[in-house]
Amino acid sequence: MDAWILAATGGVLIGLAATLLLWLNGRVAGVSGILGGVLFPRRGDVDWRVMFLIGLIVAAALYLQLVPGAYVPRSDFPRAALVVAGLLVGFGTRMGNGCTSGHGVCGLGRRSGRSLAAVATFMVTAIVTTFLMRHVWSVR
Amino acid sequence: MNRQSLAALAAGAVFGLGLAMSGMTDPERVLGFLDVFGAFDPALLFVLGGAVLTTLVLFGFVLKRGRPLLAAAFQLPTRKDVDRKLLGGTALFGAGWGIAGYCPGPALAGLGMLSVEALWFIPAMLVGMLAHRWMSGA
Repeated sequence: MDAWILAATGGVLIGLAATLLLWLNGRVAGVSGILGGVLFPRRGDVDWRVMFLIGLIVAAALYLQLVPGAYVPRSDFPRAALVVAGLLVGFGTRMGNGCTSGHGVCGLGRRSGRSLAAVATFMVTAIVTTFLMRHVWSVR
Repeated sequence: MNRQSLAALAAGAVFGLGLAMSGMTDPERVLGFLDVFGAFDPALLFVLGGAVLTTLVLFGFVLKRGRPLLAAAFQLPTRKDVDRKLLGGTALFGAGWGIAGYCPGPALAGLGMLSVEALWFIPAMLVGMLAHRWMSGA
């Protein structure tokens, strides 16, 4: 199938998943926020988060294992760059209250002005950083 | 297992399926999408587009219901102000995303595939989250 059809279908599924969590549990499907609530647990507010993350990891792994050619692993990215990236993503998502899913998928769906500002900001810095990494510093 | 946990498991599974199907779990495609001044690959625009169109339409119906099916109330962010913390935090997040091509969801999916890169990225991400907690003095 064309990459863009799979992309659009996958995107709709992500949107449906966020709708499901909001409709049933009344919660925002932001992955960094859900993970943060496991890392900094509050009584009675942990189990559903763990189950969401298990569902995400297992379903993604099943698809990537079972569909031929679906998983294109990359394993040679510089380790130091991975660590710096991880630190920035972890720190930034806590400081900015969300990531691609919380601000992007859910926040824009709620027509949140804060999330629109967040998405515009992380798109710009991500594009600039990718430009620097690939075309100025040639790290890839 | 209570009904909310079961619901979260189902939602997480659909979310993970969508991530895997869409191509978001391939960091090189993510970087191709972000590389608008180079070998730009626009396919992932359809991921965000499909996801946001879906939530834009369906969230309206859900929120009109007044309360969720399995919980007493919706728990949504209430803040409306765009402050430096929001912009600074999301700027840092975007920089991290643009370095390696991983945001939290796809990185976790990589962990499920025992990707060696996820084994470096995820612990660093958790340390970053802890560091923010320490620095904000909570």
